Amino acid sequence: MIYSLMINEGPYTHQASDTAYNFAQAVLKAGHEIYRVFFYHDGVNNGTRYTTPPQDDRNVVNRWSEMAVEHSLDLVICIAAAQRRGIVDADEAKRHGKEGDNIADGFRISGLGQLIEAGVQSDRLIEFGD
Amino acid sequence: MGTQKKMMYVNRRAPYGTIYSYEGLEVVLVGAAFDQDVSMAFIGDGVFQLKKGQDTSGIGMKNFSQAYRALGDYDVSKLYVESESLSERGLSVEDLMELTWEDEDDDWNEKSSIMVVSREELSKLMDQQDVLLNF
Amino acid sequence: MLHIVNKSPYSSDSLQTCLSMSLEGSDILLIEDGVYACLAKGSVANKITKLMSTCNVYVLTPDLRARGILDEEIIKGTSQVDYDGFVELTSTNDRVQSWL
Repeated sequence: MIYSLMINEGPYTHQASDTAYNFAQAVLKAGHEIYRVFFYHDGVNNGTRYTTPPQDDRNVVNRWSEMAVEHSLDLVICIAAAQRRGIVDADEAKRHGKEGDNIADGFRISGLGQLIEAGVQSDRLIEFGD
Repeated sequence: MGTQKKMMYVNRRAPYGTIYSYEGLEVVLVGAAFDQDVSMAFIGDGVFQLKKGQDTSGIGMKNFSQAYRALGDYDVSKLYVESESLSERGLSVEDLMELTWEDEDDDWNEKSSIMVVSREELSKLMDQQDVLLNF
Repeated sequence: MLHIVNKSPYSSDSLQTCLSMSLEGSDILLIEDGVYACLAKGSVANKITKLMSTCNVYVLTPDLRARGILDEEIIKGTSQVDYDGFVELTSTNDRVQSWL
């Protein structure tokens, strides 16, 4: 079965990203495919590079990045939501005259169409939020 | 994939207090280009999104209520408003914006996009969908 | 349909809205703070028990344990699942709705 996930809240403030991460691990363990993980609303903050959580707690951003690399996941941050919340990649930074970019490894910025496409192409689109 | 999917966007939150309704509407407007069978449901505080006469000049936030008027042009013409949620909040359909669409199969007659349905009817409609997203 | 509820019924109307919209034969899965609905001594326990006559009620065990809820504290007749079971529920149901 082909799954896509939608994550609507940022790291730490809500459990949504944690639940989604654990769910994603179980999806792959069950032998299913993950077509896309789409981050919307404050969920775009899961893709920001400069978080420094305490050493004795999970690193939400890094473990998404690691999972993306290990399983070739497509982690997409919505461009409209990202612009509102200050997440930029190199292209966006250049386009909007920002000093630098802050997108985390393994994530890419793209449009809302990617969410709809995921809903169309996947057998299941599971939403995690508040 | 050749067949259309039935996608319902379920709106349960009031406007302005949180961004979910605004960013949810953006999903619907962008998603309209994908030619799926799209509908919106307004339940609970979500019915407040459609209240007419919104004026945000005093709070300094963008008034996005006008954007709902574009839905008809984007072929999103099925806006289900739950009647129990309206009456619990002291509202009737007369308190809502007039949102319309033009039916090309009926000489481009303008018709109301808003359909007030009971909780029971809406739950049956939900059970027919392929994809449901909550905002 | 699989209905997922992640908020406590004592602070949010998500569970109530979900129950009012779910048809007979639905699967209801409680996750995150939603697991508090399963406390046998809680005031919503009657609602859950009544629900079980027409729907299947599941609760995510890791979220129970995180919140210090023991097996003997939860309503009898609810089924516990882990994340593997969560995935299974999403695959056996044709449609899934998260009541955020």
